[in-house]
Amino acid sequence: MAKHLIELTGLCKTFDDNEVLKDINLYINENEFLTLLGPSGCGKSTLLRIIAGFETPTSGTVSFEGKDLSGVPAYERKVNTVFQRYALFPHLDVFDNIAFGLNIKKLPKKEIEQKVRKVLELVNLKGFENRTISSLSGGQQQRIAIARAIVNEPKVLLLDEPLAALDLKLRQGMQLELKNMQRELGITFIYVTHDQEEALTMSDTVVVMKEGTIQQIGTPTDIYNEPKNAYVADFIGESNIIDGIMKKDCLVNILDTDFECVDTGFSENEDVDVVIRPEDIYILEPDKGKIPGTVESVIFKGVHYEMVIDTGSFKWLVHDTAKYEVGSQVSLFVKPFDIHIMKKS
Amino acid sequence: MKKNIFKSLFENTYLFLMFLFLYFPIVMLMIFSFNSVKSTSNWEGFSLRWYEQMFSDDALLEAFANTITIGILAAVISCIIGTAAAIGIQGYRSKKAKGLINALTNLPMVSSELVMGVSMMILFLYVKIPLGYATLLMSHITFCVPYVIVSVLPKLVQLDTGLYEAALDLGAKPFYAFRKVVIPEIKPGVISGLLISFTLSIDDFVISFFTTGNGVSNLSIYIYSSVRRGVNPMYNALSTIMFVLVALLLFMINKRSGNKNNAPSIIP
Repeated sequence: MAKHLIELTGLCKTFDDNEVLKDINLYINENEFLTLLGPSGCGKSTLLRIIAGFETPTSGTVSFEGKDLSGVPAYERKVNTVFQRYALFPHLDVFDNIAFGLNIKKLPKKEIEQKVRKVLELVNLKGFENRTISSLSGGQQQRIAIARAIVNEPKVLLLDEPLAALDLKLRQGMQLELKNMQRELGITFIYVTHDQEEALTMSDTVVVMKEGTIQQIGTPTDIYNEPKNAYVADFIGESNIIDGIMKKDCLVNILDTDFECVDTGFSENEDVDVVIRPEDIYILEPDKGKIPGTVESVIFKGVHYEMVIDTGSFKWLVHDTAKYEVGSQVSLFVKPFDIHIMKKS
Repeated sequence: MKKNIFKSLFENTYLFLMFLFLYFPIVMLMIFSFNSVKSTSNWEGFSLRWYEQMFSDDALLEAFANTITIGILAAVISCIIGTAAAIGIQGYRSKKAKGLINALTNLPMVSSELVMGVSMMILFLYVKIPLGYATLLMSHITFCVPYVIVSVLPKLVQLDTGLYEAALDLGAKPFYAFRKVVIPEIKPGVISGLLISFTLSIDDFVISFFTTGNGVSNLSIYIYSSVRRGVNPMYNALSTIMFVLVALLLFMINKRSGNKNNAPSIIP
């Protein structure tokens, strides 16, 4: 049974009449990799800064191991942060940057040296002790920033878009490394990002946020396969979001065509959002599928082709490994299980 | 090709004339400070007699000591006040308030020294502080503070606020974080401010003239009152020393600001 390490209750934050966080309730388990995911301005960074102690909530509480954290300054909290722009001390070398927290704790010199050496090995920068910060590449600085935080053996590591400034290849490598590090060290990670792919790759739990509210909390699989509403579906990967009418249980009408589905519990003729992932749509020969259409554009994406298919009243985004020429006549088919019905929000 | 030679010849001649015009009087003054007779037009031979005479003039030495101690004290104190003020200004969240305070602190730099001097004199008389060493020092601190602010503020603007937060995050108490992280980052600006303040202080005449009294004088006032009694080549020697001192300081300031694109170099 996992323990609640951090609990956020009724958290609100207002900056000059601007509500950044609205009644956030969330708990974070020990050893969990939790990601706060949302577009910029959704309040995810503010939430992180409140946990770190850099901002005070307007109302609500943060508790850590069951104890209320309000009034506890940042420097007394057992959390460490990896900042978006690294915030390494430019006047200190790599060793002194990493040893900064240990020096404050007044550990013996030998122990500090040992710990710094060990953590440098962990982030694959052995022998970098005496390098200056300005001589390091972005990726190396990122590793030092992580090393500087985890050398203090925090209970929780807060990461504020730590990979945003790195290029794609480096970012993907670091994603795996971070995940491995988290498993090895057994530290709880709270990770802030606007990159849904990053969130799905690394997290145990994803928290999707929008305009200061939590939209959905779940495992990456849940969030991807069972998005709670059209916003989450749209934010997590590409989707076709279509207006539909629920005829009865397990039958939905989209674009004047009835589709069988697996959702129940809606009232008769209720307006709903219908979400269908592009990879769940099958392209068939004309007349073999449910809705006829014309291929409008084709883009090669590596593994699949991304096609837009015009069915008159709606343009469908479809992924398929087979290529259909622009202008060719096709028809579309969707399995009932792949049709996700959501209440209009 | 020919045209270019003419062009560069003209440019160099112009430059030479410019510097000649600027520095000829000073160079002449320096040369004649080594003259063996009391003449400012006839060179009679090299001697250090004016320097000797200068160093045996007690009143002059006292004025020199005043200039140096006031320069150091004013520089150090205005540096502390100015740095604290700059941090305060940078801390304002409202852009409007920040701009206003900034403009108010810059005002003394552009307002006339005469106005500054007279107004401070009136203030000291009003609150009944006897004019003397203390008032001289206070007035010097006052006109130095804005220069310190101007040289520290850009450093603070450049400073990543994340650095201070990162220090707190790693367990540093606010003062420790300030000392270990903020100070090293703004140090170049603070030192520039210190050097500028010292230079301004030892150079100042107008404000000092109004705010001192009780027989306390610094070098500039001493020279002014002596020269009225007649030109003595001893002042050439003194001026030479002052000029070299200030030039050295300016050289240091500009070297610093040239080196690591530090705070703007302000040439008073």
